[in-house]
Amino acid sequence: MMTIVFSLFLLTMLVIVAVAILRTDNLFTAVMLSGIFSLIMAANFFVLDAADVALTEAVIGAGISTVLFLGALALTAEHDHSPPVGSWVPLVTSSALGGVIIFATLQAPRLGDPNAIVHKHVAPWYLENTPLLIDVPNVVTAVLASFRGYDTLGEVFVVFTACIGVMSLLGRVRPRGELIEEGEFDKRTDNLRHHLIPRVVGKMLVPFIVLFGLYVQFHGDFGPGGGFQAGALVAAGIILYSLVEGGARGRELVPEWFSGMLVALGAFTYAAVGVACMVMGGRFLDYSVLSHDPVHGQHLGILLIEAGVGMTVAGVMITIFHAFSRRGIR
Amino acid sequence: MALLGLYNYFVFAVLLMIGLYCVLARTNIVKSLIGLSIFQSAVFLLYISMDKVDGGTAPIIQEGVENQVFANPLPQVLILTAIVVGISTTALALAVAVRIKEAYGTIEEDKIQEMDREP
Repeated sequence: MMTIVFSLFLLTMLVIVAVAILRTDNLFTAVMLSGIFSLIMAANFFVLDAADVALTEAVIGAGISTVLFLGALALTAEHDHSPPVGSWVPLVTSSALGGVIIFATLQAPRLGDPNAIVHKHVAPWYLENTPLLIDVPNVVTAVLASFRGYDTLGEVFVVFTACIGVMSLLGRVRPRGELIEEGEFDKRTDNLRHHLIPRVVGKMLVPFIVLFGLYVQFHGDFGPGGGFQAGALVAAGIILYSLVEGGARGRELVPEWFSGMLVALGAFTYAAVGVACMVMGGRFLDYSVLSHDPVHGQHLGILLIEAGVGMTVAGVMITIFHAFSRRGIR
Repeated sequence: MALLGLYNYFVFAVLLMIGLYCVLARTNIVKSLIGLSIFQSAVFLLYISMDKVDGGTAPIIQEGVENQVFANPLPQVLILTAIVVGISTTALALAVAVRIKEAYGTIEEDKIQEMDREP
């Protein structure tokens, strides 16, 4: 009962925040509200028993996404000058969509129904066989890293490709407009450097965030966590350092060649583990052949590919942040 | 009570509407992208709502505990990776917006169209 009341409250808050985002003309406000939106969404995921997803949404949605949007605002505009909506097309289209979906969900199984079709298909197989075949307590990690390792490899390469896209858009080619001095840009974007308390507290937090990231990386088999969350957490720590100390100091801590190398090395590690499995007589990404005992092989394979995922995600987030923060600087 | 069990889906539909309306009605590119990320979060909410089982817990198996009920791990895996892919593609879109600002001096779609129409 308590869970229902709690989730009703959270879901209603989500709608209120979304409406507030829609109504505001100030993009800075909208970005801050979307950080709050993500945090409420993360709490919601936790109530719905999705601990791994909640951790990811909290790090990425509320943390890194907000910083990236702020970086983009610093380079574009802070106000939304949309003219008042003259046409009724947007309202009709979105209402029609919402109406159709609400009509469709009237037939859907209610929340938490154990007899819903989604729980009767392949899900029980994964829950029963994970202890036998993979033997890691966290089923989400087992499915992500081993059973559906192909998909995760694909996702890693999507992230990798997006990073290359951002680098080619914002990397080498300098903007034609007037360039500003490094200090001037810092003043416009990360004022934190001139505020004592955020600067001191922020710097104190950085090592703990990175440490927690490493814990999440290596404890991901046993508890909520894994390479995606860990990579984002480590990147969040480095980004926080760059925010409180200024972009130049951040690039001294993690040079761009290093974060770029992490991106490539992580994706390479993942694919190389797959090829190693083939060389040792198994199939691509079939970790059982990596050790004498198939279950040990699975453990080793998951450890390695999670390390690859962590490196790529951390590298991509840091590289993208640097690309935004140094754009337009002389 | 039956409608209460569908509340998650109603919120999903409303968030989807808000997101789509934001994309269609606003001409500011960054604002449209924020709308798109609300739209995306709504889909995440739909999937995660489907994984819940009454009396269940997060799908992490504890030794020595019998007859545990677990949430469905498959939607969680799907959405976990989708969130990370989502932020990467959003970053790519923001990079395009930055280049548009540099080329046109504005990120308002109507002004950009006006400039394109001028010979």
